[in-house]
Amino acid sequence: MTKPKKYPHDDYRGDFLSRRELLKRMLALGGVGAAGIYLAYAPEDFPLSLHDQSGLRGMPVETPFQLPDFRVQPVNPGIQVGVGRGGDTRTMLLKALDAIGGLAHFVKPGEVVLIKPNVAFDRSPNLGATTNPAIIDTLVRLLLVDARAAEVRVADNPIESPADCFAKSGIGAAAEQAGGRVYLPDANAFELLYTPGAKLIEQWAFFKRPFKNVNKVIGIAPAKDHNLCHASLGIKNWYGLLGGRRNQFHQDIHEIVSDLSIMIRPTLTIVDGTRVLMENGPTGGDPSYVRDGNAILAGTDPVATDAWAFEHLLQRTGRLPDYLYMAEQKGSGKVNYKDRLKVIT
Amino acid sequence: MSWLRAGLAPILNRWMRLTRIRIISQAVFFALFVLAVWATWTSRLGGYPVSALLELDPLVMLSTVLATGYVYKLLGWSLIIIAITFLFGRVFCNWICPFGTLHQFISWLFDNRSNSKRIEQNRYRRAQYVKYSILLVFLPMSLMGALQIGLLDPIVMMYRAMATFFAPIIDTAISKAGVVTEEVGAGVSFINALKFAPGVESRIFVGSFWIGVIFLFFVLINLWKPRFFCRFVCPLGALLGVFASKSLFRINRIVEKCTDCDLCLTRCEGASDPQSLVRQAECFACMNCIDDCPEDALEFTMFRQDRKQVVPHPDMSRRQMVFAGALGLVAAPALRNNGLVNDENFSAKMIRPPGSVEESEFLERCIKCDQCINVCPTNVLQPASLQEGGIEALWTPVMNFHIAHCQLKCNLCSEVCPTGAIRRISVAEKLGEGPYREQGPVRLGTAFIDTTRCLPWANQVPCVVCEEVCPVAPKAIQTYDEETKDVFGKMVVLNKPFIVPDLCIGCGICEAECPVQDQPAVYVTAVGESRSNKRKLLLRSRTPARPV
Repeated sequence: MTKPKKYPHDDYRGDFLSRRELLKRMLALGGVGAAGIYLAYAPEDFPLSLHDQSGLRGMPVETPFQLPDFRVQPVNPGIQVGVGRGGDTRTMLLKALDAIGGLAHFVKPGEVVLIKPNVAFDRSPNLGATTNPAIIDTLVRLLLVDARAAEVRVADNPIESPADCFAKSGIGAAAEQAGGRVYLPDANAFELLYTPGAKLIEQWAFFKRPFKNVNKVIGIAPAKDHNLCHASLGIKNWYGLLGGRRNQFHQDIHEIVSDLSIMIRPTLTIVDGTRVLMENGPTGGDPSYVRDGNAILAGTDPVATDAWAFEHLLQRTGRLPDYLYMAEQKGSGKVNYKDRLKVIT
Repeated sequence: MSWLRAGLAPILNRWMRLTRIRIISQAVFFALFVLAVWATWTSRLGGYPVSALLELDPLVMLSTVLATGYVYKLLGWSLIIIAITFLFGRVFCNWICPFGTLHQFISWLFDNRSNSKRIEQNRYRRAQYVKYSILLVFLPMSLMGALQIGLLDPIVMMYRAMATFFAPIIDTAISKAGVVTEEVGAGVSFINALKFAPGVESRIFVGSFWIGVIFLFFVLINLWKPRFFCRFVCPLGALLGVFASKSLFRINRIVEKCTDCDLCLTRCEGASDPQSLVRQAECFACMNCIDDCPEDALEFTMFRQDRKQVVPHPDMSRRQMVFAGALGLVAAPALRNNGLVNDENFSAKMIRPPGSVEESEFLERCIKCDQCINVCPTNVLQPASLQEGGIEALWTPVMNFHIAHCQLKCNLCSEVCPTGAIRRISVAEKLGEGPYREQGPVRLGTAFIDTTRCLPWANQVPCVVCEEVCPVAPKAIQTYDEETKDVFGKMVVLNKPFIVPDLCIGCGICEAECPVQDQPAVYVTAVGESRSNKRKLLLRSRTPARPV
């Protein structure tokens, strides 16, 4: 007879899993598993399905926006371009605007106006590579005081450091002292713009942020020599609102400039003829390249404005740049400015 | 009045203690440091002393004096710190140094040890001599012309990591926050103004990840050993320790009052053994031990110091000193002979910012604080990787024209450089205008055209972005104009660019804007840089007819 073996935990009673509890757990696991399988493998059009058979479902989709038409017909539709000559910048600008009906005709009280100067480079204003800050100052004050605009914004996407370009061209200080607001191209400032009919930029990154709630848009461009497209004037100025790798556009410069003329339909195109960059453009670099053109243009037809500026400010003879003819074909205006232009001296 | 004194006493005892004032001092200096990095930007830099903490750093002064023989610009300010150290000991480490503050904060935040474990943790360790060895390696290296203290100097590490690692992270976060504020209609301008670099899309810094990893390693190692960097590694702390061994004030233990309870070690920052023979060179003068002593047996004083209760000098044998110094003497030529920093085999991509002194002089001055890289408005300045100049030039500033270009009328990098590696130059001197017409503009290098990749040269496609953006007058990129029939039978005008090296200043805007982005068809290399006579390209510059 052996003694029954003595176990140390004879009086232990465990707490055992019940059948009900086990079934619950199995159901829960099965539910989670089934849900996972559904999410992963249900056909793409089923609700909540995460399945992506082609790999294209996961691609980012950016919906482009469209810009409204900012144009306003001049008082006398026969006169589309005003040229002011003689006097200081303020006088010349007022003369040019008066020729097409005055600023108050184009901007109504309470509107938000965006001004697009050319601030492309980190240069001092006397070199003619950027818009004359005196015109920015005058225009911002005219808009806020005479036309009673609610807000005036000044924006550009320069080639060099934006903060430096706005500072050293004098445009940042001029705009802010006159009461305007400067917009610099930070991150997230660009969105995809859809321009129907454009050949190269049908969809392209565009400096969108300053355009929020804007009613009127005015471009102010200096008149500059440009090796590749011969002249950088009012239409070429809109290049500064593009983002992305815009340096490819030089492969077809005339197409892009004429595309710019339909990308944006500005209220006014102002061409600054106070410091005309006659050569070594568009960067300039020496005051000897700069000539006082003694004129400021304001036009509702950007093509005609540029055509006059090309012949009278840059003093070029012969054929106009190709992009002006192409812009005319795209319906942005007429190259022939004769009888559609009024000069006030 | 006695009732008033009795009522105020507990409040004063709690708040008017040296440790409280110390915490305020640390917070102020840390905030000033962040403010300085934040203000190092083109729209904010209105003559503020943004590099002041570097100029106050005695190790920066001493090592550059050893290397160059002179005290650049404002580096003499560091005599203030030396004087303070001779008076009060290493107060810099625990009252001023932002890296020390960070270490102390992290150590405090994550410390869940019991008091007895803390006391053991804060005993002096023999290995604390290592920092003196590091100093003794770096100083002879500086003397031999290889300035490497910036690798481990705490102030330099702070500036470098803040500028290249943390600032872009913070800016990204602010941009994301801006998307939200714009969505709710509050606008973005107020939140964008907080950014380290407002007004630009985003900044990148080549190799900044490793700068951050090394920085975070020293921050996180505090969880294992509190203030590891300060106690065992910091060469600036070691230098100040040497001065501190002669300081007038120090912690003094009144042995008659001491009960040997060791509570003074509970929060001893420097691990300097206040419970027995206080190690004067290790003490940070944090004053915690005075707070923690229940018997008032510790005092910070210059009177009646007990000379039996102190070990003033660093705990290092003569043999260790000789060995470390010899290592430094050998290290300098070993690095230089590595072969990337001479005039025969220099890297074509070693393009220094404008105002930089000649390369070997540059390496005697550059501490890799990366303030120039921080201030650069176009992001062209980048910390050098090992490719451009090897270990010796690691994290020194180089121009990367794939990212951006050197802006013509900008001299900010030369304004913030604390040591004169980038000598302070005016815009007129950079452009060779006015009184500098004779010596000509600062040339960073010379541009070349790769005709096998250039669109008009190689592919019958019109382009010349490079010519358009060339900022000099007359332009250093000119074109051969050629009308030809392309492969599809269409007439095209090809303006084939070529470089006029006499006019090129090497600003790199042509390379940055070239549409052949990955390996640009126009590119700048270092040859022809005006800072060196031995890297010249042209015998003489042909002068343009105009402008005069």
